[in-house]
Amino acid sequence: MNGNRTAYSVVEPSHITKRIAGSIVVAYAMLTLIPLVWIVLTAIKSPPDSISYPPKVIPWVHFEPTIEGFCNLFTTRSRQTPEYLATLPPARGICESQARAKNMVVVSESKYIPRFLNSVIIAFGSTALAVFLGTLAAYGFSRFRVPLKDDLLFFILSTRMMPPIAVAIPIYLMYRELGLQDTRIGMILLYTSVNVSLAVWLLKGFIDEIPREYEEAAMIDGYTRLQAFRKVVLPQAATGIAATAIFCMIFAWNEYAFAVLLTSGDAQTAPPFIPIIIGEGGQDWPAVAAGTTLFLIPILVFTVLLRKHLLRGITFGAVRK
Amino acid sequence: MARINVTNLHKSFGSFTAVKNSTFTVDDGDFFCLLGPSGCGKTTTLRMIAGLELPTSGEIRLAGEDVTFKPASQRDIAFVFQLFALYPHMNVRQNIAYPLKNIGMAAGEIDRRIAEAARTLRIAHLLERAVNGLSSGDRQRVALGRAIVREPAAFMMDEPLGALDAEFRHIMCGELRALHNRLKATTVYVTHDQLEAMSMGDKIAVMNEGVIEQSGSPQEIYDRPASMFVADFIGSPPMNFLSFGGSLVKGGREIAIGIGRQRVPELRVDMPAADYVLGVRPEHVQISESGPIRGEVFGSEYLGTTQIVTINTAEGQVRARLSSDVSLRAGDRLGLEFRPEKLSIFARATGRAIPTALHDGGHR
Ligand SMILES: Nc1ncnc2c1ncn2[C@@H]1O[C@H](COP(=O)(O)OP(=O)(O)OP(=O)(O)O)[C@@H](O)[C@H]1O
Ligand SMILES: [Mg+2]
Repeated sequence: MNGNRTAYSVVEPSHITKRIAGSIVVAYAMLTLIPLVWIVLTAIKSPPDSISYPPKVIPWVHFEPTIEGFCNLFTTRSRQTPEYLATLPPARGICESQARAKNMVVVSESKYIPRFLNSVIIAFGSTALAVFLGTLAAYGFSRFRVPLKDDLLFFILSTRMMPPIAVAIPIYLMYRELGLQDTRIGMILLYTSVNVSLAVWLLKGFIDEIPREYEEAAMIDGYTRLQAFRKVVLPQAATGIAATAIFCMIFAWNEYAFAVLLTSGDAQTAPPFIPIIIGEGGQDWPAVAAGTTLFLIPILVFTVLLRKHLLRGITFGAVRK
Repeated sequence: MARINVTNLHKSFGSFTAVKNSTFTVDDGDFFCLLGPSGCGKTTTLRMIAGLELPTSGEIRLAGEDVTFKPASQRDIAFVFQLFALYPHMNVRQNIAYPLKNIGMAAGEIDRRIAEAARTLRIAHLLERAVNGLSSGDRQRVALGRAIVREPAAFMMDEPLGALDAEFRHIMCGELRALHNRLKATTVYVTHDQLEAMSMGDKIAVMNEGVIEQSGSPQEIYDRPASMFVADFIGSPPMNFLSFGGSLVKGGREIAIGIGRQRVPELRVDMPAADYVLGVRPEHVQISESGPIRGEVFGSEYLGTTQIVTINTAEGQVRARLSSDVSLRAGDRLGLEFRPEKLSIFARATGRAIPTALHDGGHR
């Protein structure tokens, strides 16, 4: 700012401070990335490479990348005699060739894709529902005189205080009774009920920050309460809604314990399915790693898409004023 | 344009009563000021008139029509908020156009009205700007613009100048009043600043703890305060209060106070022996060696052509507005008397004014 460099600011961090802080952040980020990198590397190794010691680290130098892990993830195979294999028509597709090379044939597609789809449907469904209900409830709590408001809010929060798995058995029995066991709708309802408390509390904070004069001005200008909510409050709360959606999404996408307990077939999500891969025909780490790698992608995309909102959302109060 | 009738308006929040039995009328085209200290229920009253809050009981009529329980969107009222409440995601033009778009007005007409409002408020050069970068004075003008383009039946303004600094406030006061003179729209204006109310209002209602203590023209309220609260709230420095006792006789023109007698406006009622208060505006205090009140000068505040002299007396502290020529020093002993025709008498116990010739012609 100043032409000469003698003046310095006491609040702006100096160049060196910034650099050191930057290096620390980068170093920390690298450290946390190591497990992820290892998973991705394992996904492109052959099974022997994946467990070799000393570990093979750099692709094309220490080991030859292969899509075998992905093939194993997407297919089920069975071992056959060479005589039988000789009678078969030539292999179609890269995965089948890979299987033939190991005296195996592809029997069918694996369940990974349907499980993955279940995860997508359940996570997005429950996130949408939790955010929808949460926004309405938070608006109500924020703007209206609700009888027993504080008690109700505390009650909503208190559902989060115990580990959800503490009620696993009652929920299991209840779901069995209601026929919700192993259904997508059952899982959506369950994750929604867990997330909605988080959504209400987060969103109430965001909506409290929006001066009610905005919507009152809109109502004076001739809008109904609902129109004012849609046209004035929602755009203002978009940031908070996005941040809340990410938190809900992460929970629903990663949830494991209830998924193991309540889903086994049609509605099973990816998290309980991925470990099962290990059991099918030896410890197939590359297949597991491939499943995990793919499993990471949606949440990554979702977060990257909404990251601008997420960042603004977390620092909401600070930026607004 | 419309007349507003408020009858027995009452508002409770749980066990707390914010507005009690308010009754007042705002005449068509009047600039009506609701004046009172913080927390007395001004905003609540205004919000009920606008339809942002539902009354617990009472009735509100707008142009003769009962609107008590109508939603805000169906009353033809514009509201200027204290914090301006401009939509931050829109620029100035969009903000002003917003209420018009909603009612489906033709684009040409919208442009015409915006241009006119912008000219009136001198914000034409700001129309394409984002509201975030505006100064508070400009924001205030934009908020007014949004209110006037609608050409509503009435304006509600809740301390619209509250966030401005003193000097600018003064300028905006003048502008607002000029704007009102041009538009002649019924306006209810909330403020806790008596100078603002006195300089702008055609009529003023003074509120205290949810109760409208008095309403009338600024002159009426200043000259004939209905209660000690009003007398104290209006005027700077406020009215002096001097204690005296005894009974009051209908038709009497004098009271016994201090060491002598003071002429007062003719009493219209008999009152039993009790504690009373004589109310004297600082400008009605005169120095007179034969006066009934004796006191000692405590200090003085020089104001140019006049000075405010503080005098301690046995009946209470008196502040007198005297000519600067009079030279007085702290410790000087002197006698005081008061110009009789403008004096008020209050009952100490209730704080209400005792009817005298001052009130001939009624209070309201
Ligand atoms: N929604 C509400 N719930 C409970 N109490 C309220 C509510 N709105 C206002 N009050 C109370 O009613 C009283 C009057 O409030 P109001 O806002 O009308 O005062 P005001 O005269 O406008 O004061 P100020 O000059 O500070 O704006 C206050 O004591 C306030 O705390
Ligand atoms: Mg107020």
